[in-house]
Amino acid sequence: MRPFHILLFILFTSTILYAKNIEVCSTCSAKTIKEAVANASAYDTLLIKKGVYKEFNIVIDKPLVIIGKDYPLIDGEDKGEIIRIVSDGVTIDGLYIINVGTSYTSDYAAIRVVKSENYVIQNMVLEKLFFGIYLERSNNGKVYNNKILGDAVNEYNSGNGIQLWYSHNVEVDRNIVQGVRDGIYLEFSDHITINNNKSINNLRYGLHFMFSNDDVYTNNIFENNGAGVAVMFSKRIKMVGNTFKKNWGTAAFGLLLKEITDAEISGNTFEENTIGINIEGSNRIEYRNNNFIKNGWAVKVLGACYTNTFIGNNFLYNSFDISYYSKLNDNLFEENYWSNYTGYDLDKNGIGDVPYRPVKLFSYIVNRTPETIILLRSLFMDIIDFSEKVSPVFTPDNLLDARPLMKKIQ
Amino acid sequence: MHQMFKILKYSFYDLIRSRWSYVYFLFYLLLGFVLLFLNNDVSKAVITLMNIIIVLVPLIGTIFGIMYYYNSREFTELLLGQPIRRSHIFLGQYLGVAGSLTLSLVLGLGIPFLLYGLFKSNAIWDFGLLLVTGAFLTLIFTALSFNIALSHENKIKGFGYAVLLWLFMAVIYDGLFLMSLIIFEEYPLDNFSLIATMLNPIDLSRTLILLKLDISALLGYTGAVFKSFFGTQWGFLISIIMLCLWTGLPIWRLVYKAKRKDF
Repeated sequence: MRPFHILLFILFTSTILYAKNIEVCSTCSAKTIKEAVANASAYDTLLIKKGVYKEFNIVIDKPLVIIGKDYPLIDGEDKGEIIRIVSDGVTIDGLYIINVGTSYTSDYAAIRVVKSENYVIQNMVLEKLFFGIYLERSNNGKVYNNKILGDAVNEYNSGNGIQLWYSHNVEVDRNIVQGVRDGIYLEFSDHITINNNKSINNLRYGLHFMFSNDDVYTNNIFENNGAGVAVMFSKRIKMVGNTFKKNWGTAAFGLLLKEITDAEISGNTFEENTIGINIEGSNRIEYRNNNFIKNGWAVKVLGACYTNTFIGNNFLYNSFDISYYSKLNDNLFEENYWSNYTGYDLDKNGIGDVPYRPVKLFSYIVNRTPETIILLRSLFMDIIDFSEKVSPVFTPDNLLDARPLMKKIQ
Repeated sequence: MHQMFKILKYSFYDLIRSRWSYVYFLFYLLLGFVLLFLNNDVSKAVITLMNIIIVLVPLIGTIFGIMYYYNSREFTELLLGQPIRRSHIFLGQYLGVAGSLTLSLVLGLGIPFLLYGLFKSNAIWDFGLLLVTGAFLTLIFTALSFNIALSHENKIKGFGYAVLLWLFMAVIYDGLFLMSLIIFEEYPLDNFSLIATMLNPIDLSRTLILLKLDISALLGYTGAVFKSFFGTQWGFLISIIMLCLWTGLPIWRLVYKAKRKDF
């Protein structure tokens, strides 16, 4: 091929196949983002240069790539929603959005995606927001590497960081969400993967599932939220390698499970939560290789929980390892390490020869009469706990770990 | 007054020189060092220490008090023959015992915590409260044991009553408390448990310290009720007044009985 032909080929492809770039700045031909969107044709790239853009209700109705250079500031001046995506194939990258309006009738969001597919929202910084990223009936999207920094004070007038509503197959990865109501909220959203996010200092939950099935979340950090993660009315959720930390307060917990079935919870760390896992009406859940460290209650089982298995977990220095309501036990505890275990291992096979009973009498009494918690750490309680340990009368006698480990699992 | 201090000084130095005082001091010193060495975290050590102080300080105060009284009986009778007011003799002895015990406690625990950087830690107030309640418990239980000793010539009987007193305050009271909470669980129990806590110095000390630590989040709703009472300055003041009453009343009875007793 001769050089002339190559040049022609490049010219041809760059004008027809590759869309054109439109620059947006105070001295460019397009001075506002709205203007640029209106003038752009499908598959164009909007380059938004550094500056302040006082705009809201920007509707993106064609497949565009919108890239911010050096984080241009979009100031909504509390007037309403900032960006609404209503077209498939939109990418938004590197914008700095502040002052989203607050409304009690419509949930204003910094970025709302409506009935669109194949979108990418990445490297955004959102501050002073009501809702952050709101995905509404939008499947097959990616939400990467965003920073959402709210300043919510009350639950009733604050929104969620990342909200998915009837949106399937979305990847939410490496985001940082803090200071909002729910860090990440899923409702009727299936096949979502939520990895490597940090959700801290949120008013209500770090991550919240409602009626969402077949979702996976791994390697996230949930710290100092009203409560770490709430999984409610959902099936087949995989929770792997997350850290639930310092969700500390009178009604706080690391993980709340309510009406959950067939979930897998493995390799997570629950550290310094008032309640590590609060379980209610949840069946066939597998707990493996989790670490429960210095929680008030490591696991609180409220009732109607059947065929759950706890295998190979570390229970380290919790005030109560397990709290259990009913007299009936259908859950299996086996080969866990309990730091409160005082048995021995004569045959040196690493498994204690005496079963461990994780439910203390005191925790049973506290369940019956919550006021008695005031006797926490009194000598009397230690004495009756000891006597119950020696000969159980009140706690379910088959609730025990028959093969407790002698050494912590690394 | 001058004579009282003389007796106080004598009892104090007598105890300070005695082996048991050293053992007590060394025990706390060792305990403090071991606790801090094991977890190196001042605020965590305060929690463990609380468990020990709540049980041990009243026990030691009771046993020490009653032993000292019976042991120094002959010396007391000698003093009674001198032109010294009775109240001064007994108050002096009591303050000597309680003072030396408190000193052992405060120094024994204070030194290791100071060396491990207590002033740099924000647990200093919790630790301070721990020492204050520990000192109060020493004063209260020594005074109670002096009362028992004064009322019972028979050493065995006196000893038995003293141990029973400790057992009641540290264990049986909580058992009765728990029983009544369970029996009356249908009724609102907030005020009842507040009052029941106030009436036992051991429970009161435990609650005061627990509420200061962040473990209080475990107490849930009940804890919130307690915190709204004890957490305020008013509640704290009432608690301190209660502890002062617990100290003052036995001392008053000690003086009153001592004046009228026929030796």
